[in-house]
Amino acid sequence: MSDLVIGIGGAAGDGLDKSGDTFAKTASRLGLHVYAYNSYQSIIRGGHIWLKVRLGDQKVTSHGDKLHALIALNQDSIERHAPEVESGGVVLFNSDKLRCNIALRDGVVTAPLPITALAKSSGPVLPVMQNTVALGAMLYLLRLEFDVTAEVLNETFGHKGKAVVDQNVNLLRAGFDYAKTHWKAFPVEWNFSRKRRPFVTGNEAIALGAVAAGCRFYSAYPMTPASSILHWMANHSTQCGVVVKQCEDELAVVNMAIGAGFAGVRSMCGTSGGGFALMTEAIGMAGMIEAPVVIVEVQRGGPSTGIPTKTEQADLNQVYGASQGDFPRVIIAPRDTADCYATAVEAHNLAERYQLPVIIVTDLLLSEHPETIEPEEMPGRVPIDRGEMVQSWNGNNGKYKRYAFTPSGVSPRAIPGTANTMHVAATDDHDEEGILISDVFTNSAMRRKVNEKRMKKMALALRDLPAPRLEGPADADVTLITWGSSWGVVHEAVQVLGRSGIRANHLHFKYMLPFHSREAKEILSRTKRTICIEMNSTGQFARHLCAETGHAVHDKILKYDGEPFEPAFVAEQVRAILENRLRSLDVTPDEAREIAYHYIRTHLTEDFRPGQVARADGNGAGEPVWRIEIVHRDSGAKHGLLQVGVETGSTYSWQAGS
Amino acid sequence: MATMIELPLETYAGPVDPDWCPGCGDFGVLKAVKMAASKAGVAPKDLVVVSGIGCSSNLPGYVHAYGVHSLHGRAVAVASGIRLANTSLRVVITGGDGDGYGIGIGHFIHAMRRNLDLTYVVMDNQIYGLTTGQASPTTMKEMRTKSTPAGNVEFPINPVALALVSGATYIARAFSGEPNHMADVIAAGILHKGFSLIDAFSPCVTYNKLNTYPWFKKRIYKLEEDAAYDCTNVRAALDRSFEWGDRIPIGQFYVSEQPTYEDSEPAFKRGPLAHQPLDLDQKVFQSLVEEMM
Repeated sequence: MSDLVIGIGGAAGDGLDKSGDTFAKTASRLGLHVYAYNSYQSIIRGGHIWLKVRLGDQKVTSHGDKLHALIALNQDSIERHAPEVESGGVVLFNSDKLRCNIALRDGVVTAPLPITALAKSSGPVLPVMQNTVALGAMLYLLRLEFDVTAEVLNETFGHKGKAVVDQNVNLLRAGFDYAKTHWKAFPVEWNFSRKRRPFVTGNEAIALGAVAAGCRFYSAYPMTPASSILHWMANHSTQCGVVVKQCEDELAVVNMAIGAGFAGVRSMCGTSGGGFALMTEAIGMAGMIEAPVVIVEVQRGGPSTGIPTKTEQADLNQVYGASQGDFPRVIIAPRDTADCYATAVEAHNLAERYQLPVIIVTDLLLSEHPETIEPEEMPGRVPIDRGEMVQSWNGNNGKYKRYAFTPSGVSPRAIPGTANTMHVAATDDHDEEGILISDVFTNSAMRRKVNEKRMKKMALALRDLPAPRLEGPADADVTLITWGSSWGVVHEAVQVLGRSGIRANHLHFKYMLPFHSREAKEILSRTKRTICIEMNSTGQFARHLCAETGHAVHDKILKYDGEPFEPAFVAEQVRAILENRLRSLDVTPDEAREIAYHYIRTHLTEDFRPGQVARADGNGAGEPVWRIEIVHRDSGAKHGLLQVGVETGSTYSWQAGS
Repeated sequence: MATMIELPLETYAGPVDPDWCPGCGDFGVLKAVKMAASKAGVAPKDLVVVSGIGCSSNLPGYVHAYGVHSLHGRAVAVASGIRLANTSLRVVITGGDGDGYGIGIGHFIHAMRRNLDLTYVVMDNQIYGLTTGQASPTTMKEMRTKSTPAGNVEFPINPVALALVSGATYIARAFSGEPNHMADVIAAGILHKGFSLIDAFSPCVTYNKLNTYPWFKKRIYKLEEDAAYDCTNVRAALDRSFEWGDRIPIGQFYVSEQPTYEDSEPAFKRGPLAHQPLDLDQKVFQSLVEEMM
């Protein structure tokens, strides 16, 4: 099996997202499986961007943790990422502007590309087009096909005319030919199936799934990382007959979506944690008036504004706790991109069948990373079940009661425009006809029964949802527990552990509410040791699992630095737990360098970078410190010394010239 | 204007009687809303009355029609969603000044800016009634309320002026002491293409001892009776919107025919959303997937 990871690093505004997309599309069209992750920042220009593209001739479910080839578009990228390149790999960079003067692993090929000279024959070239030269060289080095990339460029730039297409293809050719004459290609043997697969993000899959399921109203307020659903919907609204409404705030967003759902249109809205916080009161309204609506909560690093362009799974408590009072609702956390499509379809069916709000919880990683999925995983024809709806009512069967107390708790729903079924959907509690029982007609018996009627729907909905299953050997030594997007990484981590002789299995949860308590309890009762793995700092799911099943997991692997899990990291943490090794929260040498980069950016100039890192006694700091040499980027000459606490991470001192 | 078939007023009789205080201004507004629906010829099955929370927001429960008694301040947003979902429905929003000009003012302004075809009747009693008498966004300066025992220090919102600068295309004021006039003003609002605001003086007889029926009766005059007034002139309307004190105008301040939000929405070319089939054309679906390859 061939499996390569290519990193593209540069400053925001270098246009590397475009280059990465062209590269990924090329691989995808050759029939390779592709998974990309863009570690970007929320600024228009500047800042460090790091795009990883993993290619495999088998399906890959994470961006992996190795690096085989690097395209560096700025000096930072060489300094930070070139040392990670695996032996036998390649570091490709623009030799006009950058230099590779740091230690690399054995056998790593440096490939300095004289981009300006190579681009000269193509006429005046925008700086961003220089990436195309690098891309051409990388195509050759990775044994991908030139013609396929040329075709992708043709489609990308076709609307700008033939001259622009030709210029880009020429730049691509210049890079490709230069690499061919100067370097040896990577020793990889691809098996190109040439099967065409969609290359999609979780947000796109949710949007497409929703319109396939009949969603015709989408409202949103711009918020990273949910905005790409809004963009996709807006771009395809005419084609799909969807009304897309950008609103003044998330209060309007969710209330409009609920209004549309009440009026009989399948509706959805999307946001991230902060916007969801504003929506919560209305989510309770949807539960109370029994209006169908789908809400997508794309988590990012919190709390508050938090780290808007980084990933986290720390809004679980929020979605569980959304809105006052008890009311029925469904919460689903899809596990991967293909599952986003299926979940969007399922969510719209559940929302109408049970007349309640359905919350889809994803996260930045799942929403924004593109990957290839099988076209069969996104079928165009999907089951559509609107539940019990009243088409007509002639009065012979008595007065229509919108909230009729039925054995199932589901009351047949009539929408405005239907004759003889007029009713008011009220947020005050109400009787079967919708008449308020909150004030003049207060009635405790009625209140008890209407509350029970609504909540009955939860038990019924649970029966529709597939129970969690254990993946892997039943008698494994350790059970890894995940929810949402962590499935992919942990799926691979199980294999990594297996190769090192640790028998692990995997228990994944997709349905957060209603919860399969009985089934989960049964599975957990047969496990030997459990570890919950989630992207937050308090183990929100582990706590919920304990509340639902009484099972307290033995250990947790938690990550809350904004960057997604990687398989080797998870495997190593599992090993540490099984070997009873102490897992330290101390600042690692790599993290000390990151903190030094932060100090350089905020207090010094771009002329410097971190050099040697050494651990030393505190000298009055009250803890050991990392002594980080700050050196000149070009000469490597020492500029000063930074001291960072090993335990606290505090920046204690900066001494220039020392 | 198309010929309307007036429906008998009993058509709109709701299932229960209002629980408002005897003498509440909202009784007049309720009557006027029913008369307006009748005058505009809107059948109960095609009428949706949407409210927020407050004494006046109980109104939908007293009308035989579809309704949503939504959250405090959110009626305009819920109504916007209903209107966008089904353009064959007539959507009338009813609520109070706290609901619309306080907690819900953002939605109010943006709905006007969009010129969605909605009719908004604000029962403006210049006080929070349901919560027993605190200052509202339209409470006059220096008025003593439970929350302003030393007198209100904040300047009141001017709903008519705000609507004028926010893009509403039908702006009127009415008084519940004049239910027939109010019914005409609301009916014209329902029939108007675009966003219509009717700021309805609806005295709170329990908590507002300043802005009472007699207080209004002494001051109001009808713009329709001023032959020199031109309700298509936005600047004249703005001038009149600041008239307050001894003389207070009611009636149509401003009427303007402008394209509505609905006119510009391509999805409506196929008809109301709620009438569309749910299945997506498979050719369209294939082209969407193709884009991702």
